[in-house]
Amino acid sequence: MNTLALGLEGVDRSMSLLEAEHVKAYYRVREGFVKAVDDVSLHLDRGVIMGLAGESGCGKSTLVNTLMLNIRPPLYLIDGRITLDGNLLSKMDKQTLKKKVWGVLVSIVPQSALNALMPTQKIIDLIKDIVHAHTDISDSEIVSMSRRRFEELNLPVEALNMYPHELSGGMRQRAVIAISTLLNPKLLIVDEPTSALDVSTQKQVLKLLVDLRKAKIIESMIFVTHDIAVLRQIADRIAIMYAGKIVESASTDDILYNSKHPYTYGLINAVVTPEPEVRKRGLISIPGEPPNLLKPPSGCRFHPRCPYAMDICRREEPPLVEVGEGWTVACHLVASGRR
Amino acid sequence: MLLEVKNLTKIFTVGFLRRKEIVAVKDISFNVKESEFVSLVGESGSGKTTTARMILRLLRPTSGSVVFRDRDVWSLRTLNDLRWYWRQVHGIFQDPFASFNPLYKVDRVFYQVFTLLGDNDVDKESLVNEALKEVGLRPEEVLGRYPHELSGGQRQRLMIARCYLLKPKLILADEPISMIDASTRAGILQLFSKLRDEYKTSIIFITHDLGLAYYVSDRVLIMHKGSIVEEGSPEEIMEHPQHPYTKRLREDVPLLYRKWSGF
Repeated sequence: MNTLALGLEGVDRSMSLLEAEHVKAYYRVREGFVKAVDDVSLHLDRGVIMGLAGESGCGKSTLVNTLMLNIRPPLYLIDGRITLDGNLLSKMDKQTLKKKVWGVLVSIVPQSALNALMPTQKIIDLIKDIVHAHTDISDSEIVSMSRRRFEELNLPVEALNMYPHELSGGMRQRAVIAISTLLNPKLLIVDEPTSALDVSTQKQVLKLLVDLRKAKIIESMIFVTHDIAVLRQIADRIAIMYAGKIVESASTDDILYNSKHPYTYGLINAVVTPEPEVRKRGLISIPGEPPNLLKPPSGCRFHPRCPYAMDICRREEPPLVEVGEGWTVACHLVASGRR
Repeated sequence: MLLEVKNLTKIFTVGFLRRKEIVAVKDISFNVKESEFVSLVGESGSGKTTTARMILRLLRPTSGSVVFRDRDVWSLRTLNDLRWYWRQVHGIFQDPFASFNPLYKVDRVFYQVFTLLGDNDVDKESLVNEALKEVGLRPEEVLGRYPHELSGGQRQRLMIARCYLLKPKLILADEPISMIDASTRAGILQLFSKLRDEYKTSIIFITHDLGLAYYVSDRVLIMHKGSIVEEGSPEEIMEHPQHPYTKRLREDVPLLYRKWSGF
């Protein structure tokens, strides 16, 4: 059998790995629907690390879980199309997702990953359980595969035979990341992977994530955080989310130096890093709080906090406008050519 | 001198059959002057919080002393003496949710302040409203609510609003903003600076984030494995760090306008 030809048949030759079109995901609560993800479209190219930034309660975690169809009531996918590596995820049933998608095409390292390991199970036994759930590789093969992977990523191989409590917080986090990418998923989603760690440990975890792509273990990554300084270190592109919508999406440099949405530069101005540029501008924070998504504000959802809010912002939702190559903004100031 | 920490040490004994000693804080000494903003920076496990708890009289030191306005705080005995200390030294912690009783409305934290102050003839409501405005909260959006109905930022602002009622001489803020969104961190930090400027309150700010310490402090103490390894002005620490640990800490802080090499 010509394995090369067989291998190529299934490959989607397009640049794009993930396509999401008009995705809506709402939580059903007694009072109605919490519109945590409301008409979000985005696409992610192969080989790209995309950062997803915004304050807590803006729907970032809900969005990334929806993108991989990791949803359960009270969260519902209301509308939209999600395609990953040529597969239409939004139409798949749970069995197919489990067998063909999760862990194989896409993996997530959730926010609580530090507690994701079983305290009574050695790391290697947990790995066996997880791999068995997706494929039928033999135990001995899993052991050698895990050892090879840990070596490749410069993680101590001894950790495989340890219990989680014997590992430090940073090591546990890195073990979880290594385990979730064991089957070489095309897309890795990491949700606030470093917010519980101190700076030195954080750097090690970020290095591991970058190495995963360098070693071609994963193709693309979505990194969720509220810390833009962290994104600056690893992301090629950044999407800014506010109140269930993506308000701006561009290359990391454009977001940092030329951002057009008032919320984006609000977030950037709030970053406190020890640098002369930051010292010069001083500490500026965004007034107010993100809105309650049960009753989001009319028009542009950012208008109650926006220093440039105009009449139209209260009435009409701003359209998503393309202002450059791969650079979209949803703001009336931009749509009317004032910025 | 407002506060003098002298040769403070804390050793924890753990284990039942095999007793093991852990030195959490190892012979540290430092002073805090009136209206001084001092940051204590270190990674988790460096002994920062243990130090704060000993200063707050929540944890008895193994040896050494904490002297506040010329009185050793661990030899205060009577309720009157303790009240004297509690009125002047205030702790603010990482998780503001833990500082509230979830069964009571948040208003209660303010009325406890009046009990502590022993003031009954004042217009409590207008004082509370004043304090809330100082920290950027609208009284109608927080009063009468339960802790779970407020965001982390709002809860932490409430805790700081208490300081505006108490006007303590010293605030120990232990990672007060690490659970708060990056977008509101700067705003909360400025509240501490404002208290310092308006009431000459001294602040000991405990953090793992050298970046935050750099902006607000008069002096930075770097703590590592229970010891203070370096001390200096924020500029000295950032521009000419001496101790290898400080150097590493500085390199590991992610910056906005500079990218790490090898990434």
